[in-house]
Amino acid sequence: MSSDRSQILNGIRRSLQRGELSGAARQAVESRLATPPRGPSVARAQLPQAEKVALFCQWAETLNATVARVGSAEVPGEVTAYLMRNNLPASVAMAPSPLLEGYDWSSQQMLSIRRGRGEGSDQVSVTGAFAGIAETGTVVMASGPDHPVSLNLLPDTHVVVLREADIVGGYEDVWGRLRARYGKDRMPRTVNTITGPSRTGDIEQAMELGAHGPRRMHILVVHE
Amino acid sequence: MESTAHAFKTNVDHALADPNLQDSLAKLKVGFSERRRQAAERLPEFEALRDRARDIKNHTLANLDFYLEEFERKVIGLGGHVHWAPTAADARRIIAELCQSVGARTVAKSKSMVAEEIALNEHLEALGIAPIETDLGEYIIQLRNEPPSHIIAPAVHLTKDQVADTFLEHHSKLGFDKRLTERNDLVAEARYVLRQKFLDADVGLTGANFLVAETGSSMLVTNEGNADLSNTLPKMHIVLASIEKVIPTLEDAAVLLRVLARSATGQESSAYTTLNTGPKRAEDLDGPSQYHVVLLDNGRSGVLGTEMQDILRCIRCGACMNHCPVYGAVGGHAYGWVYPGPMGAVLTPQLVGVEEASNLPNASTFCGRCESVCPVRIPLPKLMRHWREREFEKHLTPRGVRQGLALWSFLARRPALYRGLTSIANRVLALFGRADGRYSALPLAGGWTRFRDFPAPQPGGTFHAQWKGKEGKRKRA
Repeated sequence: MSSDRSQILNGIRRSLQRGELSGAARQAVESRLATPPRGPSVARAQLPQAEKVALFCQWAETLNATVARVGSAEVPGEVTAYLMRNNLPASVAMAPSPLLEGYDWSSQQMLSIRRGRGEGSDQVSVTGAFAGIAETGTVVMASGPDHPVSLNLLPDTHVVVLREADIVGGYEDVWGRLRARYGKDRMPRTVNTITGPSRTGDIEQAMELGAHGPRRMHILVVHE
Repeated sequence: MESTAHAFKTNVDHALADPNLQDSLAKLKVGFSERRRQAAERLPEFEALRDRARDIKNHTLANLDFYLEEFERKVIGLGGHVHWAPTAADARRIIAELCQSVGARTVAKSKSMVAEEIALNEHLEALGIAPIETDLGEYIIQLRNEPPSHIIAPAVHLTKDQVADTFLEHHSKLGFDKRLTERNDLVAEARYVLRQKFLDADVGLTGANFLVAETGSSMLVTNEGNADLSNTLPKMHIVLASIEKVIPTLEDAAVLLRVLARSATGQESSAYTTLNTGPKRAEDLDGPSQYHVVLLDNGRSGVLGTEMQDILRCIRCGACMNHCPVYGAVGGHAYGWVYPGPMGAVLTPQLVGVEEASNLPNASTFCGRCESVCPVRIPLPKLMRHWREREFEKHLTPRGVRQGLALWSFLARRPALYRGLTSIANRVLALFGRADGRYSALPLAGGWTRFRDFPAPQPGGTFHAQWKGKEGKRKRA
C-alpha cells in the first residue's frame, strides 16, 4: 500500500532529519549510481590473461571442482571421457546454446543428448558459462533461452564449458561484461556465480558435497 | 518466535548443563574462527576491504530512502513487484496474501533470519500453507521444532547423532527406516526428501543478503544451492528483506562479498552467489512467472540517526558470535530470540524492547573480539554499553547492582577516600587468604566464588600504591 510506503520512507527521512534528497546531495548519489566507484583493488584479480587462466584453474580445483584444459576440437571427446572415468551414464541434458552447438557432438556416438531445461531426474548437465572469475575459480552463468538456470542446479554432475577468453580477474570485470551485453541497468533474470560443487557444513561444521545442487563440477577450460 | 530473552539467566543454566550442546560448541570455537583467520591472511587487501565495506554501508544508510526508491523503480521496470511492510504483521499478511493468490499449499523456503524475526512459518501454518525449510540446518531444526541457534549455521548446537535420531523419527514414514551414522548419508537422505518438495512447491521464499539498487536485483549467498532451487522451480518467487539490506551498486556488492564469506565461514567464496532480477523473461526456459520483494522495516527506520545506527551495517556473517566467549559457552538458544551473540545483544533489545532483553547486552565481558572481526567494523561493545546505560536510565537494572554502582561512583569521585578504603580492604583480605593465594568463599561475593576461586591480593599493596611506587622510581631514574 502506498501509505505503508510513505510511512517507511518518511520514517527514514525523519530519523535522518531531512526531507527527500534534493539539489547537490541528490546529484551526488545519482552520479555515484551512474558511475559506480570500485572498491580497493585486489592484486590477484589484476594478472595478465595467461596467469588469470592459471589462477582460475588453481582456485577451482582447490574449491573442489575438477578442471580439464582442452582445445575446442576436444570438447565433445572430453565430456564423454569424463563421464566414463566417473562411471556416469552417457546421457546428458545440454543447454541449447550457440556456443555448445559450435562443437561437433556427432563424433560422440555413445552420448545421448537432450537439449532443454533441467529435470529432476537428470544425472548430468552440460552448459556454457558467461564468464569465469580468476580470483576465486568461480563460473558465472547468465540465464536466458540458451541457458536455463535449472541445468546449473538439478543434476548430480555439472559439466561447464568455459572459454579461456571469458576468464576475467574479479567480480567487477563480470559486471562490466554484463552491462556491455545486457545494457547498463538491464540484467538477465538470474546470474548464478558458482564456486565448486554444492556443499553444506550444517552437520557438525564438517563440509559435505552435494547438498542440493550438483555434487560434482567439471570445468572444461577451452583454448581456441 | 516468542522471546525468552528475559529468561536469559535460566537459559544459560540449562545450556551450561547440556553435554550435547557443550560438545557442539567446543567444535565451533576452533572451526569457524580459525578458518576466518586463515582466509583473512590469504587476502592482503582484507583490512582495506573491511574499511570500504563499512563506508559503503554508512553511505547507504545516510541515503537509505533514495536507494530504496531506486531499487523499487528498477524492480517494477522489469515486471516485478515491491511491497512495503512497516511491521512484522504487515509482512506476514502480504506474504500470506501472495501465497493465497496462487492457491499455494507448500512454500519452499530458503533460510531467512528476517522470516524468523516475523515468525512467518507459524502464520502460514495457521492458514493451511506448509512452509518447507530447505537449508539443511533449518530443515533439521524445523523437524525438531526448535529455533535456529546461529544465524548462518542454525543447527550448530546439534551433534551428528542427534540429527540421525531426528531423521529416523521423521523419515521412517517415507521408507527410510535405517538409522544413519555417516554425515554424507544424512546429507544424501535430506537431499532426496527435499528434492521432491522443491518440485512440488508453489512458491519459493528467500531472504536476501543484499538488494542492489542499481539493477533492482536481490542477491543471495548460499553453499547448498537451496535458495537457487527455491527461486527457480516454483511459479512465484518472494524475496523477504529488511530495508537496510539495500546497497547502491554491483561494485559495492563485490566489496561486501569479499568480506562476507571470509568472515562467515572462512571460505574464499560461498558456492552460490546469485542475482535475481525480476520474473522469468518471455524467452526463458525456466524461472518464476511472478517476482515479489517484501521490504520490512520493523523498527529499523527508527534506529537511523541514533547512537545505535551502526548495527544497521550488519551483514549477518556470524563472525561476532563465532568469536564470542559468551556465545561459545552458552550457544544461541540461551539468547532467547532470533539473533544471538553480540549482534543479537545489540539488535534484540531494539526489536523486542530493552525491558524484555536487558540481560543480553550485559552478557558480555567487553573483550572486544567481536568488534575486531566484524567485517563492517560495528563497535559492538560500545553499542552494548549504550544499552546498559539505557537500562540504567530506565531503572531496569536490579537494585543490588544499582546500589553497588552508586556506592562505587560515590567513592570513585573521592580519590583519597577510595585509596584509603581499598588499601584497608587489601590488607584485610590479605590477612585471611594470602597463605592460600585464593578464597573459595567470600562474603558478598558468593556469585563469584560459587563457580571459581577469587584470587587473593598479592604482596605490595593496591594497584594505585604500586603504580605510585613505580612512577617514583622512574622519576628518580
